[in-house]
Amino acid sequence: MLGEGILKGLWETAKNFTGSYVSADRLTTVEYPEQRIAPIEATRDFPFLVFDEENRDGGDPVWEAGLRCVACQICEKECPPKCIYIERSKDKKLDYLGKAQYYPARFDIDISVCMSCQICVEVCPFDAIKMDTEFELSTTDRFGGLLLDREQLAKPNEYYHKIHPAEAAGVDAHLAEEKVKADAKAKAAAEAKLAAEAKAAADAAAKATGEGA
Amino acid sequence: MSFVFYILAALTLAGALAAVLLKNTVHCALALTVAFAGLAFLFLQLDAQFAGFAQVLVYIGAVAILVVFAILLTRGSETPKDGVYSRNWLAGLVIAAGVFAALGWAVLQSVPGLPHETAAPQVSVLQIGNALMTRYVLPLEIVAVLLTLALIGAVIVAMHQKVEAQ
Amino acid sequence: MSATLDQIFVLLQHWLVSFLPAVLQPFVSVLLGVVVIIGLFPALFAFAVWMERKGLGRIQNRLGPNRVGPFGLLQPIADGIKSLTKEDIVPLSADVVVHFLAPLVLVVAVFMGFAVLPMGRNMVLVDMDAGLLFYFAMGASTELSIFMAGWSSRNKYSLLGAMRAVAQMISYEVPLLMSSVAVVMIAGTLSLTKIVAAQNSYSGVFPHWYIFTPWGLAGFLMYVVSSMAETNRSPFDLPEGESELVAGYFTEYSGFKFALFFLGEYLAMFSISGLGTVLFLGGWSAPFSFLTWVPSWIWFFSKLMMSISVFIWIRGTLPRLRQDQLMNFAWKFVLPMTLLNLFVAALWRFLGEGWERWVICSVILLLAYVVLGRTGMREGKFGPRRYRYAE
Repeated sequence: MLGEGILKGLWETAKNFTGSYVSADRLTTVEYPEQRIAPIEATRDFPFLVFDEENRDGGDPVWEAGLRCVACQICEKECPPKCIYIERSKDKKLDYLGKAQYYPARFDIDISVCMSCQICVEVCPFDAIKMDTEFELSTTDRFGGLLLDREQLAKPNEYYHKIHPAEAAGVDAHLAEEKVKADAKAKAAAEAKLAAEAKAAADAAAKATGEGA
Repeated sequence: MSFVFYILAALTLAGALAAVLLKNTVHCALALTVAFAGLAFLFLQLDAQFAGFAQVLVYIGAVAILVVFAILLTRGSETPKDGVYSRNWLAGLVIAAGVFAALGWAVLQSVPGLPHETAAPQVSVLQIGNALMTRYVLPLEIVAVLLTLALIGAVIVAMHQKVEAQ
Repeated sequence: MSATLDQIFVLLQHWLVSFLPAVLQPFVSVLLGVVVIIGLFPALFAFAVWMERKGLGRIQNRLGPNRVGPFGLLQPIADGIKSLTKEDIVPLSADVVVHFLAPLVLVVAVFMGFAVLPMGRNMVLVDMDAGLLFYFAMGASTELSIFMAGWSSRNKYSLLGAMRAVAQMISYEVPLLMSSVAVVMIAGTLSLTKIVAAQNSYSGVFPHWYIFTPWGLAGFLMYVVSSMAETNRSPFDLPEGESELVAGYFTEYSGFKFALFFLGEYLAMFSISGLGTVLFLGGWSAPFSFLTWVPSWIWFFSKLMMSISVFIWIRGTLPRLRQDQLMNFAWKFVLPMTLLNLFVAALWRFLGEGWERWVICSVILLLAYVVLGRTGMREGKFGPRRYRYAE
């Protein structure tokens, strides 16, 4: 019968209309600034720079000294929309492995250009750049306000743990492993050096004894 | 009273002149609408409500839209390069003069025939309806049949093209 | 007391006018009415926009506007200020004069329609002998303004929207007129005040509204369908379908001109609802004879707002039609039904009082409805369409 479907539809919408006043669980709206949904773990939008809070160099401020970034500029080259700008430092600083490395004298990301593709995160060999979950970034200055510099981008490792716990734990384990390896290597190198020195010393002594004999 | 008449007459004439003088065909159609509206107001000023509203309803609501549709659906509203004026304007002038003369003659002839009434006759819609349904029922029906035939003819023409297209 | 309340606006007008010299009195009294209409209906428009957004929200289990003012009531004011302060952009290749005139013509033509609507006992701006004809004449003029808007923008979306709008409005104007003509045939007058007066009587407690007759009910339903199409409301909002034509004929309008179009659309909805109320729902007359003490204008405006609510309800329910469905529905269902309804109305008149005319008229209309509807549905004219390549 013509019009039957229309009546059914009208009944359905009428039920919705009155139902939304009667039962609050029908309403799907989350009233945002007052109510928030906790972000799921995979949430990600713009990159940030991780820094370790252990004060390695005695450098000041902590964030600058602890930056994992070594200004290798891989991310800058790989970034599809070219929103990263890096200037490498002239001097070197010790990294967490105790190795002297360059550090970024300037590291800017224009998040108005960034397309959140996460390629920079994937190519970074130093686990220095990760994805953030911060989304309340609106500003009245659309040129300067969205161009984040080093200081704005730097966030402590604890923060990374807070927003992506599982991922950060993995990264930490990996870094610790690297550190252990590096330490072992250093130790081995030191031992080899020591052994070599000892050998050299023994050789010299033997030589001296030989000569003396 | 005559002051209003002059304003309306000027409006109607301006609209009509613009309709023939403007270059863009859609502008012409819109100017024609202004002329129709002026004419409708003239009817209203003469206390002929029915004629006035029918003028608006039929001419502005239907004829103007039809004109506009015809312009848009045929060859676009762009002005042709060689202008919109016909080359044999002299023939047009002669025909226009002839029609004007005939109308003027008819008006002049009919003036003495009418009694010089001071008050305009009050004709209600009811009287018009009664007249149409009794005295003028035959012309009304003939017009109705004619229009229906035109409608059917238009449909047949359209259907014919559709069959050919297939 | 209730008589005074009923006539309070009329008395107020007389009282205000009585301070002026006699020469100015008729002029000023008309002017007062015009000012009231121009002030009242835009205010009602703001309220209706709020109601619509709130109602649609609730239909979709949302909250609707709730930030500006209590219950979001000040939202329309905020919107109004926003549209007033926005830049008025005219496209470079637009026809400037026509582009400027289109919204004005629309709003003026729509406002004219209110002149003949009786909004209460003795509350009509111009009591015309041919009021209904005047109303439709003004309604027909809005089509031209929509065409002007679409054409002058020099935008294909605008032009497409305008063509759709004009085609749709012309198609549905015929059934709109035809369903009103049935009322004219029974009431025997084109004057809207007389049509209301003809319905303002009671059998027992029940009123003699035309909707409570077989031909009236059928006519009313056809009128509702046509009026929704006439005002470009959903499900007939093809001319401005956001998903396909951006905003149809007002794509290229911004700022205040856009607001004027928006206003015009809602005003058209008010005036067509008002006309429907007058023609079928007894205008300002009370729904029961024991409620006649309530002022007449309250009845008119509550009926008007009820109609607006129904418009919103339907908008929240039905999806948009396709162009061919629209045209098929107009010419193959609504128009034949209204023509039959004219015949039935004539039958009603000539059968005289008695129960026979109720039975005969109802049976004819129901039969036609079922047969026409069934054939239409079976041939896939109004129902879902089968696509050749989708099977």
